[in-house]
Amino acid sequence: MYEFARGPLVWIAFAVFVFGTLFQVVRIIRTAKKDKVVYPYMNGVFSIRSIFHWLVPFGSHNMRIRPFFTAVSFLFHFCLLITPLFVMGHLILIKESWSFGWWALPESLTNAMTIFVICSGLFFGLRRIANPTVRLVSTAGDFLLLLLVLSPFFTGLLAYYQAFDYEATITAHIVLGCFWLMAIPFTRLVHMAFFPLTRAYMGSEFGYVRNARDW
Amino acid sequence: MVTITKDHVADVGIDEGIKRLTPEKIKQAVDRVLNQESAARLEVYLKTCVHCGLCAEACHTYLSRDKDPNFAPVSKVRNTLWELVKRKGDVDGDFVRNMARIAFLECGACRRCSMYCPFGIDIAYLIMLIRRICHLLRVVPQYLQDTTNSHSATSNQMWVNQDEWIDTLMWQEEEAQFDYAKLRIPLDKEGADVMYSVIGPEPKIMAHLIANMAKLMHITGIDWTMPSTDGWDNSNMAMYSGDFEIMGRVERLHWETAQRLKVKKIVMGECGHAYRGAVYDGPRWLGWKFPPIPMVHAIEFYYDLLKSGKIKIKQKYQEHVTVQDPCNTVRGLGLGEKLRYIIHETCDHFTDVHPRFEHNYCCAAGGGLINCGPPWKTSRMKSNRVKADQLRETGAHIVITPCHNCHSGIEDIIDYYDLGMHTKFIIDILMETVDFPEE
Repeated sequence: MYEFARGPLVWIAFAVFVFGTLFQVVRIIRTAKKDKVVYPYMNGVFSIRSIFHWLVPFGSHNMRIRPFFTAVSFLFHFCLLITPLFVMGHLILIKESWSFGWWALPESLTNAMTIFVICSGLFFGLRRIANPTVRLVSTAGDFLLLLLVLSPFFTGLLAYYQAFDYEATITAHIVLGCFWLMAIPFTRLVHMAFFPLTRAYMGSEFGYVRNARDW
Repeated sequence: MVTITKDHVADVGIDEGIKRLTPEKIKQAVDRVLNQESAARLEVYLKTCVHCGLCAEACHTYLSRDKDPNFAPVSKVRNTLWELVKRKGDVDGDFVRNMARIAFLECGACRRCSMYCPFGIDIAYLIMLIRRICHLLRVVPQYLQDTTNSHSATSNQMWVNQDEWIDTLMWQEEEAQFDYAKLRIPLDKEGADVMYSVIGPEPKIMAHLIANMAKLMHITGIDWTMPSTDGWDNSNMAMYSGDFEIMGRVERLHWETAQRLKVKKIVMGECGHAYRGAVYDGPRWLGWKFPPIPMVHAIEFYYDLLKSGKIKIKQKYQEHVTVQDPCNTVRGLGLGEKLRYIIHETCDHFTDVHPRFEHNYCCAAGGGLINCGPPWKTSRMKSNRVKADQLRETGAHIVITPCHNCHSGIEDIIDYYDLGMHTKFIIDILMETVDFPEE
């Protein structure tokens, strides 16, 4: 199982993630033609302006009126994407397999980042329950997705500290990580890929057409 | 389960419409709008929304109704579109009634929430899809439908006949001639620089605004005209009732009238939705990227007159004023700075609102809301307490509202919440402050 997980499954997961995401983005870019009012009003400068304002922490009014949430949200997303790319364990495997790699972040830092992802993820989960609006619009899928996103981080941490049977934990870690990757194109995690598209369109509508700001 | 609002408001247009529905009709309309008339935007918006609720704080109805979660923009989509998609249109009359109420009464399509969504999801567009479905089902608030019927029959919003229109223009010409004997309202003057167009309610209930504009045109020596024929009305309530076919007809006639008169541009009165209809929604429906000639909104027009020195201010307005940034001309056209330039030039005592510019709160009258008429007035007032609080904080006595919907809607709010203020158009202020030369 471990051998399958660290070998073929990882390849499958990356293939599904990359091609699935590409497929979704290309498909949407093509169907947007049927929405006849999208392309004529797209504008590069205003697209980038809008993406920039919403990628930079505190770049929009809504981010500034809720500083705690903004800080947690940005750090969560940052750690979520950066930790797997620079954690020592992953880089050792990459170097073993391909005999090249990149520098890793200190383990104490990636540990802290992992713990932060888990804690902030739990915060989002609690927010879904505690905030009446978010509770009203939350579905069971939203909670499951959050669990899926957190699970590789949690199991990764367990594996690092060898809290339980190492091989079982690390296998679970790899399997869950693969599911996490494969879920991106086919669940709400696709917001990662659609973010630039929706922002570019709204940025163009506000900036290019309406001479106004959208942040 | 969707949340069904409990306090029932009787509206013949909605209640009678519901009685005529069959499950097949509902499914057909839902399928047409969701599967044939819309494409990528609907899909991306539904799939991208992570249900984070960050749009809630943007909405005046949510803020005004003690943060009732059902009034958050995302919840309005949840209680309508999510369910329609999930059930493929298999919903009953009560669902449609609730969905009509949400789409026509609890959202003014002001688009403030789009600026609060991290993904820039155009929630107002999603709500307009619901209105479109309601229109296809003939479940539309009666008063709003009446304005659409008027557009359909007369090409204007207020059942004004051509003879009444011409009579009103001649009457206002005579009124203005008290000040300037040689003043004319030139009808159908081919090749004039400017065609001036107004919204239906101006000749119907606020005719003096036409005389006021005539005086400004006269003293600045602008070569202008007004059409004597249908096509003079730039307003468009069909855009808000979901009847996009009629919306397109109205806008085409408006632009074709300008084309027939061979004018260089249209100048329009102080109205917000009319700009949206004429420049954005109308042309897009007609397959034009942009209108054939420029449309100049009154705010821009006054700004240019002041900036270029064509009109001069004799004495500034003395009352304490504040301002309403209309969604369609500030969030929708970026005229916030020019609006404030006009106010600073004409008024001595100005207190700005907070929040302002693109972030200003909706008036809860535009977007077809006030046109849903008396049955819904109390509901509309409850949904905009936040506007009353915002205005009260300024301590002003006059709210400058350069938009007809804002003008009437805010006067209602002032009355309901007893704010002791009044609304005025910019032109009302100009009439009291501009140096009108003796003839």
